[in-house]
Amino acid sequence: MSLADLLAGIVFVALNAYALLGGADYGGGVWGLLAGGPRKQRQQELIAEAMGPVWEANHVWLILALVLLFTCFPPAFARLGIVLHIPLSLVLIGIVLRGSAFTFWRYGGAAGEKGRRWGVLFAVASLITPLLLGTAAGAIASGRLGQEARGEGGVGFYAGYVAPWLTPFALSVGVFALVAFAFLAGVYLTLEAEDAELQEDFRRRALGSGVALFCAALLVLVLSLGGAPLVREGLIFAPAALPLHLLTATTAVTALAALGYRRYRLARLLAAVQVSLILWGWALSQYPYILPPDLTIAAAAAPRATLRLVLGALALGAVVLLPSLFYLFRIFKGRDVRHQTSDIRRQT
Amino acid sequence: MSDLLAARSQMGISLAFHIVFAVVGIAMPLMMVVAERRWQVTGHEIYLDLAKRWSRGTAILFAVGAVSGTVLSFELGLLWPGFMRFAGAIIGMPFSLEGFAFFTEAIFLGVYLYGWDRVPPPAHLGAGLIVAASGALSGIFVVIANAWMNAPAGFVLVHGQAVNVDPIAAMANSAALEQTLHMTLAAYAATGFAVAGVHAFLLLRDPDNAFHRRALTIALMVGAPAAVLQPLSGDFAARHLAVHQPVKLAAAEALFETQSGAPLTIGGWPDVEKRATRFAIEIPRGLSLLAFHDPGAEVKGLDAVPRNEWPNITAVHLSFQVMVGIGTYLALVALWAGWLTWRGADLAHARWLLRAVALATPMGFIAVEAGWMVTELGRQPWVIYGVLRTADAVTPMPGLIVPFLTFTLLYGFLAVIVAWLLYRQIVRSPAVPEWRGFYMPRGGMRDAGGVT
Ligand code: HDD
Ligand code: HEM
Ligand code: HEM
Repeated sequence: MSLADLLAGIVFVALNAYALLGGADYGGGVWGLLAGGPRKQRQQELIAEAMGPVWEANHVWLILALVLLFTCFPPAFARLGIVLHIPLSLVLIGIVLRGSAFTFWRYGGAAGEKGRRWGVLFAVASLITPLLLGTAAGAIASGRLGQEARGEGGVGFYAGYVAPWLTPFALSVGVFALVAFAFLAGVYLTLEAEDAELQEDFRRRALGSGVALFCAALLVLVLSLGGAPLVREGLIFAPAALPLHLLTATTAVTALAALGYRRYRLARLLAAVQVSLILWGWALSQYPYILPPDLTIAAAAAPRATLRLVLGALALGAVVLLPSLFYLFRIFKGRDVRHQTSDIRRQT
Repeated sequence: MSDLLAARSQMGISLAFHIVFAVVGIAMPLMMVVAERRWQVTGHEIYLDLAKRWSRGTAILFAVGAVSGTVLSFELGLLWPGFMRFAGAIIGMPFSLEGFAFFTEAIFLGVYLYGWDRVPPPAHLGAGLIVAASGALSGIFVVIANAWMNAPAGFVLVHGQAVNVDPIAAMANSAALEQTLHMTLAAYAATGFAVAGVHAFLLLRDPDNAFHRRALTIALMVGAPAAVLQPLSGDFAARHLAVHQPVKLAAAEALFETQSGAPLTIGGWPDVEKRATRFAIEIPRGLSLLAFHDPGAEVKGLDAVPRNEWPNITAVHLSFQVMVGIGTYLALVALWAGWLTWRGADLAHARWLLRAVALATPMGFIAVEAGWMVTELGRQPWVIYGVLRTADAVTPMPGLIVPFLTFTLLYGFLAVIVAWLLYRQIVRSPAVPEWRGFYMPRGGMRDAGGVT
């Protein structure tokens, strides 16, 4: 494995983390929109409380992936910016509306009707952004971001800037991303809920979206037959494909079973592993290309001097970052949060 | 509107929007930490109340800063793929480091905002300190990247390709120190004076409100020293321009002809066709003196480069005048406040000073925007000075006016809402009768904190 491969892998690790953490925040917004029944209000409160302290940190994984991409693979970043200008701009609008609506809702102090309107905007933006983000990822996987796809060569606006991502396959990946994020959020929320009723609410939602995820995955696979040759080769015909599929399927089924038996911690772990396996399946299927069909990791890589420095910075950064992240999640997601809090109160 | 102009405008709007929140994100945590520390030392609940109220407003600004910053990171590729293809490997390093600074900032911001009663007080203060430090660091890293665009280094240009790339040398470019110093001071000066101005205004109506008195003191502690140092660091920056970017300095000063003993032009309206500046005050030899510390030195004028390499003289000159004018005003007000404090006067009853501070509320931010206009417009037609033209860096995507208008509307909408939310926050604060007169000893009263 070359240095460039290693860094491409790290970019993908950051994306994976974003999917597991930031993705769940989108999913939370989706469940906020779909909240219903007698405990509607409490469901929404729970979602907002779970996101509050961590969403900014979760969001930074995307930034990290992005800056690493443009530092280590500038031509790939440039091409993405050109061909996917439209969906990425829409993603940005979604990100802006989602983040600010969430904060206005929680911090703006607007009570009642006005506050709820921000909540709705937040939820709708949470629904649309993952769709578009997934579509962009699908466009990459489909191998339509080749050199000739660009509008410059006289192929026209539609062929250059719309056709590469407006395909059934890419859109199906969008749907898949949305469902996956909702599934993750549903599973995580079973652990956030403080009483059994809410827990049941989210358990049912997690189970439902788990089944939906299976259907979405199937749809992606079927559409890849015509829509994404590399993915098709990698996910269906490659030698590693079968074991990978088996592993993913086993994880998926076990995750649902764990939900069924109310083993929530196990379910959370398995859900995260399942989504990660799918992501890595995609990554492996398009290796050695960073942007199929023609831009390889090696060809897009920055000079060695840059790659080595970035790797050093990553090592140093991880030393600071990982303990800090651990600290953040222990404070707000730890098992005995309430216990600790009362301890502190007693001390002061 | 051409696609290039639309792209430039979109970038300009996005940056001009983001910088407001970035500046607040750098300086506000410091003020909250000072207030919280005073609470821990003195035990006066009023400081805790202050820290909590400030953090409530800051939470909103931080979120908008984070999302608008995300837009910028994408826009580098969406609008300027040619720039990123060339520069990514050379100058991506500070952006990557900035990424880590954001991470630490976001993590400890979560701890700070939501952890008031979840972590022990020293850890809470520590989290605030880390937010303050990483905010300043992220600003420094991104400005280093901008300094490189002004003073490119760390590569060799062979047939339009960068070879022998050295990211460390790129970060150590000759403009980095000047610009990061000036920008960091600007953040403290602008935010310090904005907060001081609001509380000064409220003190004019209610001079005995202990809450606003303490807020004013802390804000001036942060803003005033920075404002005094700012003209010095600005001079440092201008002297760098004189050597490395003479065209930008000539545009800022509206100096059309290269001359020895060049005069300092204050105010006025440059007439580009006639190559003269009307209605200006001229101080003979002033520019040579300031730029080279030698009254006879030769200063390059705009005639040193062909006409098609001139930036927009009017915009750059006027922006520069605005920044320097405000810089002078803020420094004088800061000195005045310092002098009164030194004489033992009570600032809350120095009504003329309060008026002057209240007047300064928006000024630091205006100066920041104006300063960036000098830097960015003054660099045109280059995106990387002397290396890559803006026109060659822009995306081939047509119809860029559509995203430009969309993002402009989006930012307009957000700006209105943020302004309204902050306004409510401020209007609400003096309604706390508890803090009229004097402060309460620790625990002597119910917690009036604003964060729930
Ligand atoms: C509170 C804000 C503020 C104040 C009071 C001043 N400035 Fe400033 N100035 C900035 C905020 C700023 C800035 C927005 O932060 C800039 C834009 C880029 C940068 O690094 O700093 C800047 C840029 C900038 C530049 C261009 C640097 C470059 O392009 O490389 C010069 C020459 C000066 N300033 C000079 C001055 C002088 C002589 C001042 C004297 C009074 C002054 N500034 C006050
Ligand atoms: C936040 C403060 C900043 C403001 C207000 C600002 C303002 C502007 C403006 C007005 C333009 C359009 C200039 C023109 O085309 O005439 C511009 C362009 C640009 N800026 Fe900045 N800028 C800021 C900081 C930065 C930083 C820190 C960077 C990079 C690291 C940067 C990178 C760029 C790039 C790549 C362009 C497009 C190319 C160009 O027009 O030269 N800017 N900015
Ligand atoms: C091209 C220019 C720029 C880019 C690409 C950029 C990018 C970003 C991004 C992605 C974030 C969000 C981080 C998070 O999620 O917490 C952010 C926030 C921030 N940026 Fe920028 N930025 C630019 C210009 C600037 C400038 C000129 C400054 C200051 C001097 C600055 C200072 C900050 C600070 C302090 C934050 C922290 C969040 C906040 O305070 O609101 N940025 N920026």
